[in-house]
Amino acid sequence: MKPKKLPGYLSPAEHGWFYLFRFYGIVVLFFLVVPLLVIIPLSFNATPYFTFTKGMLELQPSAYSLQWYANFFTDPQWLLALKNSFIVAPVATLIATVLGTLAALGLTRPGMPFKTLITSLLVLPMIVPLIITATALFFYFSYLHIVDSYVGVIIAHAILGTPFVVITVTATLEGLSPQYYRAALSLGASPRTAFFKVVMPLVLPGIISGALFAFMTSFDEVVIVLFIAGPDQKTLPLQMWTNLRYTIDPTILAVASLILLLAVVLLGSLELFRRRSEKIRGVSG
Amino acid sequence: MTKDPEDRSTGVSRRELLALGGATAGVVSLSSLATLIGAKRAAAAGVDKLNLVSWGGAYQTSQIEAYQKPYTDKYKVGFNNIEKSGNGPALLTAQEQSGNISWDIVDMLQADANRLYEQGMLEEIVWNTDLDKGSDGKPAWEDFTKGSLSGGDDKSGGFVSTISYNTMFGYNKEAFPNGAPQTIKDVYDFEKFPGKRGLEKIPAGNLEWALYADGVDKDKIYDVLATPEGVDKAFKKLDEMKPHAVWWSQGAQPPQMLAQKEVTIASAYNGRIFNAIASDNQPFGFIWDGGLYEWDGWVIPAGLPKDRLEEAKRFLRFSTTTQALIDQAKYIAYSPARQSSFAQMGDLTFSKNDKIKMMDYMPTSPDHLKSSIAKSASFWSNYGPQLSERFSSWLAS
Amino acid sequence: MCADVTAATGGPAEAGSSSLKARLRKAEAKKRRGAFMLTLPLLIFVTVMFLVPLVGMIWLSVANTTIPEYMPKTVSALSTWDGKELPPEKAYAAVAEDLQAAFKVRKFGVIAKNLNEQMPGTLGLINKTSFRTGRLKTAPANWKDELTKIDKKWGEMPIWTLLKRQSASWTPDYYLAAVDMERGPDGSIQAVPPYQRIYVKLFIRTAWMSTLITVLTLLLGYPLAYWISRMPDNKANLMMIAVLLPFWTSLLVRITSWIVLLQSHGVVNSILVGSGAVSDANRPQLINNELGTIIVMTQVLLPFMVLPLYSTMKSIPDSYMRAAISMGAHPWRAFWRVFAPLTVSGIGAGVLLVFILSIGYYITPELVGGQSGQFISNRIAYNVQQSLNWGLAAALGTILTAVTLILFLLYGMITGKGKVTIG
Repeated sequence: MKPKKLPGYLSPAEHGWFYLFRFYGIVVLFFLVVPLLVIIPLSFNATPYFTFTKGMLELQPSAYSLQWYANFFTDPQWLLALKNSFIVAPVATLIATVLGTLAALGLTRPGMPFKTLITSLLVLPMIVPLIITATALFFYFSYLHIVDSYVGVIIAHAILGTPFVVITVTATLEGLSPQYYRAALSLGASPRTAFFKVVMPLVLPGIISGALFAFMTSFDEVVIVLFIAGPDQKTLPLQMWTNLRYTIDPTILAVASLILLLAVVLLGSLELFRRRSEKIRGVSG
Repeated sequence: MTKDPEDRSTGVSRRELLALGGATAGVVSLSSLATLIGAKRAAAAGVDKLNLVSWGGAYQTSQIEAYQKPYTDKYKVGFNNIEKSGNGPALLTAQEQSGNISWDIVDMLQADANRLYEQGMLEEIVWNTDLDKGSDGKPAWEDFTKGSLSGGDDKSGGFVSTISYNTMFGYNKEAFPNGAPQTIKDVYDFEKFPGKRGLEKIPAGNLEWALYADGVDKDKIYDVLATPEGVDKAFKKLDEMKPHAVWWSQGAQPPQMLAQKEVTIASAYNGRIFNAIASDNQPFGFIWDGGLYEWDGWVIPAGLPKDRLEEAKRFLRFSTTTQALIDQAKYIAYSPARQSSFAQMGDLTFSKNDKIKMMDYMPTSPDHLKSSIAKSASFWSNYGPQLSERFSSWLAS
Repeated sequence: MCADVTAATGGPAEAGSSSLKARLRKAEAKKRRGAFMLTLPLLIFVTVMFLVPLVGMIWLSVANTTIPEYMPKTVSALSTWDGKELPPEKAYAAVAEDLQAAFKVRKFGVIAKNLNEQMPGTLGLINKTSFRTGRLKTAPANWKDELTKIDKKWGEMPIWTLLKRQSASWTPDYYLAAVDMERGPDGSIQAVPPYQRIYVKLFIRTAWMSTLITVLTLLLGYPLAYWISRMPDNKANLMMIAVLLPFWTSLLVRITSWIVLLQSHGVVNSILVGSGAVSDANRPQLINNELGTIIVMTQVLLPFMVLPLYSTMKSIPDSYMRAAISMGAHPWRAFWRVFAPLTVSGIGAGVLLVFILSIGYYITPELVGGQSGQFISNRIAYNVQQSLNWGLAAALGTILTAVTLILFLLYGMITGKGKVTIG
């Protein structure tokens, strides 16, 4: 890292402070990121232990193996969990995105009645602790007889995802000047054309980031699944939970590394969408 | 694109509504379609797959080898093995309260099974018609060891034992090169035998051992534990254990804890220690003193649909024959519940090593019975819920 | 919503006139309706699938349906009983008939479980009485004598007081239990025996550990946010991605990595032992206790502190500090007197956000907290899944929800206009 040029009026003690301060910042960043990175090399461990073996530190090829990855892709329990996660998360995301986008379009219209009250109600699922949502839904779904079903899990995850969509899309729409739309109309576009050709491309990044948030929420959710899913709806986080709780085997390190990779890809694409959205709107950033 | 005749201020909203509304309708119909498919599959699954709940690890493996594989070969019915017996009674009650029973056959402890049967949560099993005769021709009620069929009376009930097992302490020999622990008192001696203790996260066992270690006579333990003072005394002794304890909740955990030296002594099911020694060559030893033996076996939840109930009952019958119980004893050191099975296993050897005679490791072999404590199912049926409540408060405080 | 409908149809006074004002109002109403219709699908979805369950949970925390449902005769027989002395024969007969009926459908265990939650020891009494009465071929001449013969507890007041109390279709008892109180045998409110006192302790523990975690995230997050906020934009963005990476990564992945690091034979302990800092026998216990919960939750919640701090600090121009310094203030003084006060709203938002999230945490304490690092959430889960005391779980849940919502209102006031933002 290149040292930032310090203003000349600072005394040597203040220089010392500056570097100490920077060191502190780096330590905190380490605390945030490094624990995550530790699992990646360990996931290639040839022994079933959670620590670096001597061979690994000496970089002997025999100390490394892909067996835990192979295990993940062959164990029926893990595969079932993977399959379920890819059934539940996309469907829940789709429902959350459609309903959330509609609501955001309404909320940002001039003349929306009870705006604050309705907004608060709609973001409530994000605020109430998950354990409460899980408990309440468990009681309710028991009553409706939809515990241990895909429908129950999907509904619950869609509920959790909607606040994210509402918030990101509302924020995008509020940042959008109505003049674009009016300009398009005044230049002769039909409202339909104006909406789909002008407004939509501007809002799309917001919708997509909301959808990504919703997807990640569902993909990572374990508390609700723990309460309302049956053995057939076991998702990836639930399988990880079981693994962590009872019989830890290093397959979970391979899974964790893969999920980490997915997070990096998603975060990267989100950043791209943010940049694209700013570019379209002519905001430099 | 056609020209839009509608009022400009609402035209867009109609369009949006139409487009997004269409999408919603699509999603709804898709998900309902998925549900329909799911429901159809679930209905079919009742016959081609049984949801079997057990304790995991070496024990569930023994059930897979001895019962499930032959059953699948014979009837083409597969199994979904769920490792949740540790929390079985509670989860089953929750399923019953929510009206959605997803388990077909459950491996359970006797005390819990008796209590659940009283609450109407288990299917009634008629001993002499739902279970096969012994290989010597005796009807089931006479062939099963006295007390191993329970819940109701001499005609029917809810609980069919398959095995009796011991919950006892095991230790890692490498941790104690200068003399191994021999008794429950040694387990409580943290100076002489340093290291953490692995204990099951339930009151049963821990309270008995606390009293035993405190000097209460083996035969008097349940009398003392039935009094409030006795319970206080047991918890007081357990306080000594608390800072040294690592709690486990699944039978597969203690051998793992011992192997990784996370603990030096752990309570465990005798079969798990046996398997760690016999098939994984772990340097473990047994402390037979104070081992608690009890019955364990099958129950069928009440309220299953007819097809699943019949399948579960057929499996129950299949997995409790004289031969099935002998077969299981090849894989794990638990005593079969049928006398006709026990009588035939004098020379039975371990499935993976024919030098190991299973009889030497059976919890109900005459030698081991002398040093063991008979766990009282009736005591735990009556006092279990209160003591569990108090135990969990004690743990969390 | 009703107001909206009236506005849309228009008042009777304007109905006849077609003045410009009325037309405008009509257009306005149409607009409002259009906007509302767009939010309606989600509003319905959230109401039916979220608000209704929440209200259901609150109802469950006071509901008391078991005895009215399974012992209807007893309930009606006791409705006229004054509770001063033992009830009349007809109450004994009612109990016996209810239990006989419950025995037939094998539901007496449900009654026993419900009563036993209120008065330990009742389980045996109900089971025994059900078995004995259920097997009687003919009704005895006097049920009172018969029941008292089965168990002398039927000849004493406590069980009757309990039955009378449980006859009501709602009860405050779960809330009493949630604060370690109970009804005594005579129905008066008293504290539970010391060994059962757990909930007050857990509420306090949840609060103080959350406070500690909040303070830790502030101590770690404030300098970091300051540092990043003073960086050039492109570098700051990169740093923020590093901050956000853990925020985006699955909670279970993060917990996995901490378990790998901190367990007794994990990476940290291996390094400590390998470097000779500690002996093999004295590996420090870093996980499965309070320490584990604190370390992991601090890391997990840190981004929620850094984000609001960063966005507040970002909006403070460098020139403020420079101006203060150029006017002769010492940089420290400039920082404390000029910069820090401007970040108060960011601190408030971050502190509240982390605290709110923290008090509701369940997964982390459950997996890395051992016994001493458990929160109130873990006890809610225990009551739902293991002890099956759903009423108590609902009462605890209602209390936790209320606390969270109040704190969130406060958060809304600090961040302004009740707006919620993420990322």
